[in-house]
Amino acid sequence: MIGLLLGLPLLLDLVLIWGPALASIGLSFTSWDGLGEIRPVGLDNYVNIVSNYPPFWPAVWHNLLWLAFLGLVATPFGLFLAVLLDREMRFTRFYQTAFYLPVVLSLAVVGFLAQLIFSRDYGAANALLGRTDNPVDWLGDPSINLWSVLLLVGWRHVGYVMLLYLAGLKAVDPGLKEAAAIDGANEPQTFFRVVFPTLRPVNVIVLVITVIEALRAFDIVYAINRGRNGLELLSVLVTDNIVGEASRIGYGSAIAVILLLISTGFIATYLVQVFRREEDQA
Amino acid sequence: MATVQPGRTVPAMRARPTPGPLNRRRLLGGAAYAAGALALPVGLAACEKPTDGGGGGGTVTFGSNYSDEVPKKAVAEVLAASGLDVKINTVDHNTFQENITRYLQATPDDVFTWFSGFRMQYFAAQGLATDISDIWQSIGGDFSAAMKQASTGTDGKQYFVPFYYYPWAVFYRKSVFQEKGYQVPKTWDDLKALATKMKSDGLIPIAMADKDGWPAMGTFDYINMRSNGYDFHVSLMAGKESWEDNRVKQVFTLWRELLPYCQPGANGRTWQEAAQSLGQKQTGMYLLGMFVGQQFQGEVAADMDFFPFPQIVEAHGQDAVEAPIDGFMISSKVKNVDGAKELLRYLASAKAQNAYLRSDPNNVATHNGADTSGYSALQKKAVELVGGAKQISQFLDRDTRPDFASTVMIPSLQSFLNKPDDVDGLCKRIESQKKTIFAS
Repeated sequence: MIGLLLGLPLLLDLVLIWGPALASIGLSFTSWDGLGEIRPVGLDNYVNIVSNYPPFWPAVWHNLLWLAFLGLVATPFGLFLAVLLDREMRFTRFYQTAFYLPVVLSLAVVGFLAQLIFSRDYGAANALLGRTDNPVDWLGDPSINLWSVLLLVGWRHVGYVMLLYLAGLKAVDPGLKEAAAIDGANEPQTFFRVVFPTLRPVNVIVLVITVIEALRAFDIVYAINRGRNGLELLSVLVTDNIVGEASRIGYGSAIAVILLLISTGFIATYLVQVFRREEDQA
Repeated sequence: MATVQPGRTVPAMRARPTPGPLNRRRLLGGAAYAAGALALPVGLAACEKPTDGGGGGGTVTFGSNYSDEVPKKAVAEVLAASGLDVKINTVDHNTFQENITRYLQATPDDVFTWFSGFRMQYFAAQGLATDISDIWQSIGGDFSAAMKQASTGTDGKQYFVPFYYYPWAVFYRKSVFQEKGYQVPKTWDDLKALATKMKSDGLIPIAMADKDGWPAMGTFDYINMRSNGYDFHVSLMAGKESWEDNRVKQVFTLWRELLPYCQPGANGRTWQEAAQSLGQKQTGMYLLGMFVGQQFQGEVAADMDFFPFPQIVEAHGQDAVEAPIDGFMISSKVKNVDGAKELLRYLASAKAQNAYLRSDPNNVATHNGADTSGYSALQKKAVELVGGAKQISQFLDRDTRPDFASTVMIPSLQSFLNKPDDVDGLCKRIESQKKTIFAS
C-alpha cells in the first residue's frame, strides 16, 4: 500500500516532469521543424541563441530584473504592509481586501487592464497626468514599458506576499513581543531580532513564490504585446519558437533548457543553504 | 464580428482583429443570413443527412478556420448549397494555424482552409497537399493569371483554390482631402509633399501601429516592391537575397524618410487604435488591409476611400498589389479524393463566392465572373486595384517561412521603428539570423 502511495506520485513525476524535461534536453541538440527528420546539430542551437538571437539577452536581463524587483521591492513592501495591518488599526479589513484583491485577478486580466491604463492615446494614465499633447508611450517605449508592467506585477505580488506574512504574523506568540519589550528592545529591534526570525517558514514560502513568479512570468507580457519590444522574457521566446507555425522545436527546447538551468541554479542555492543551516542546528 | 483576418498570420497572430464594436448593420445582415441558413432544408450545421450529392459521393470532411461567427455561418451556408455531403470541422482561427503542421501529418480533413503563397507552397513541398492541377484545367479560365500564380507550388503544379482576398492600400477620408484640397499622391515625392502639407495643417500625416508586430510588414513590403520590384520581393522572402544588399538598406532608408510624418509610438499602438485616429481625422492616411473597414461605420465608413501605394521607381510603377488570398487545399491524406475535388470545383465557382460574400462583405471574390453588383464602392475599387495589378503579393508573413517572419522579422521591424538610424546593424542582424533559419 505504501509502495503504491509512493510509487504512483513517483511515476507521475517521472512521466510528467522528468520525461518532458529530458526530452527537451535531448531535442535541444537537434534541429526539428515538427515535420521532417530530427537532425542532430550538437551545440549549434546554444551557440546561435547566445550569439545570433537579438531578443535572447534582453529576455535574460528582463527575467533577472523581474526577480530583483519582486524580491527587493515588492516582497519587502508586502511585508511592510503586513506589519502595518497586523497592528489592528481601523479599517484593517478593508485594507486587507483592497490589497489582496489584485491577487484574485489573473495576470492576463491584469494585462488587459494595463491597456486601459497605459495606452498611449486612450489610456487613463496620460489623461490623469495631463500628458495628452505629448503622451508617454507607457507600453510601446521599450525603455519604460518593462517598468509599467513591473508596477502592475508588483501591485499583484504585494497583495499576495502581504497575505502570507499577515497569516504568519498572526501566528507569532504575543508573549515573544512582550518579553522583548520587557528586555528593553525598541520596536524595530523587536521586529528584526525577534519577530522576523520566527517567520522563517513564511520567508521560505515567500522566497520560493517570488522566484517562481519571476521565472515563469509570461501571461501579462503576452497579453500586452506578445512579449516583444522591450518585454521579452525567456518563457515567451520558448513559446515563440516551439508553438505555432514557427516550429523551431530544437531551438526553442534549447532556450527552455537555459531557463531550466537558471531555475536549477536558484533551487540548488536554496537547497544548499537549507541543508547547511540544518547541519548547523544539528 | 471579425470577419476578416488581417493579412498576416504568424503564430503570434492571436491578435486578430478583435470583434469590432461596430457594424451593427452588417451584424444584423449576418444574423439574417444565419437565420436563413438555419431555415435551409439541408440541416447543414449537423450535416448528418447525406444529400444526393454530385459526382463525389460519400462524405467530404472540411477543416475550417472560419471560426468567427459571421464567416462560420457564411461558409456553412455555402457548403450546404454545394449538393455534397460535407462535414465541417471548425477550429479556432489561430489554433488552426498554430497546429497546422501537426494537423496535416496526423488525421487532416479532406479539404482544409489555408492561405496562398509561400504558406501553401511550403506544405505542398513537404508532400502534405494533393496536386489539383486537373481542377485548374477546367477552372483556369475563371481566374486571373496572378490568381493562378498564387495557387501554384514551387514544382509548377497547382495546390490551392483561391476564394477571396483583401488588398492593402492607403486609406483616407474623402472629406478631409476635399476640405483641404489634397490630391491623391502618385509618386513618393508627391506622398512626402502631401505629408508635409498635412503636417502644416495640424494633422498627423500617416497613422502607424505595430504593437501586434505584423502591420508594419505591409509598409516594408510596399516600399520594397515599389523600389525593387515584385521579383526581388519574392526572392528576398525566399531567402535567396542577402538582407545586407543595398536594395534592402534602401527600403529602410526610404522608410526612414517617412517616419517624421508617421504617428509616433507605433510599437505601443494596435491597428484598431490607429484606424480610430484616421476615423477621427487626427491622422490623414493609413496603409492597411481592407479589414480596416471593420473599425468604421455609418457616415465615416461611407467617407473612406483608398489609393494604391505611390510609385517610387518608374520601372516598377504601381505594378504590385499586396492582396492576401484565402482559399482551400486538399490534404495528402485525403480519404475521398473525388468528393474533395468536386467540392473544390464548386468552391471555385462564382456562385459559391457570391453566396459567401453576401454574408461576409469585408472581402472581394477571386472569381472573374463573380457578381459585383452588390459590392460597396470600396469593394468595387478593390476589384479594380487588383484587376489592374501586374503582380499580387501575399504579405511578408505569408510569402516567407513562418519561423523567419515571426521570430526574426517582427522584432526587427519593431526595433527599426524604435531606432531607425541603425540600418546597417539591423540588416546585418537580420541576415545572420536568416542564414541559420533558412539553413535549418
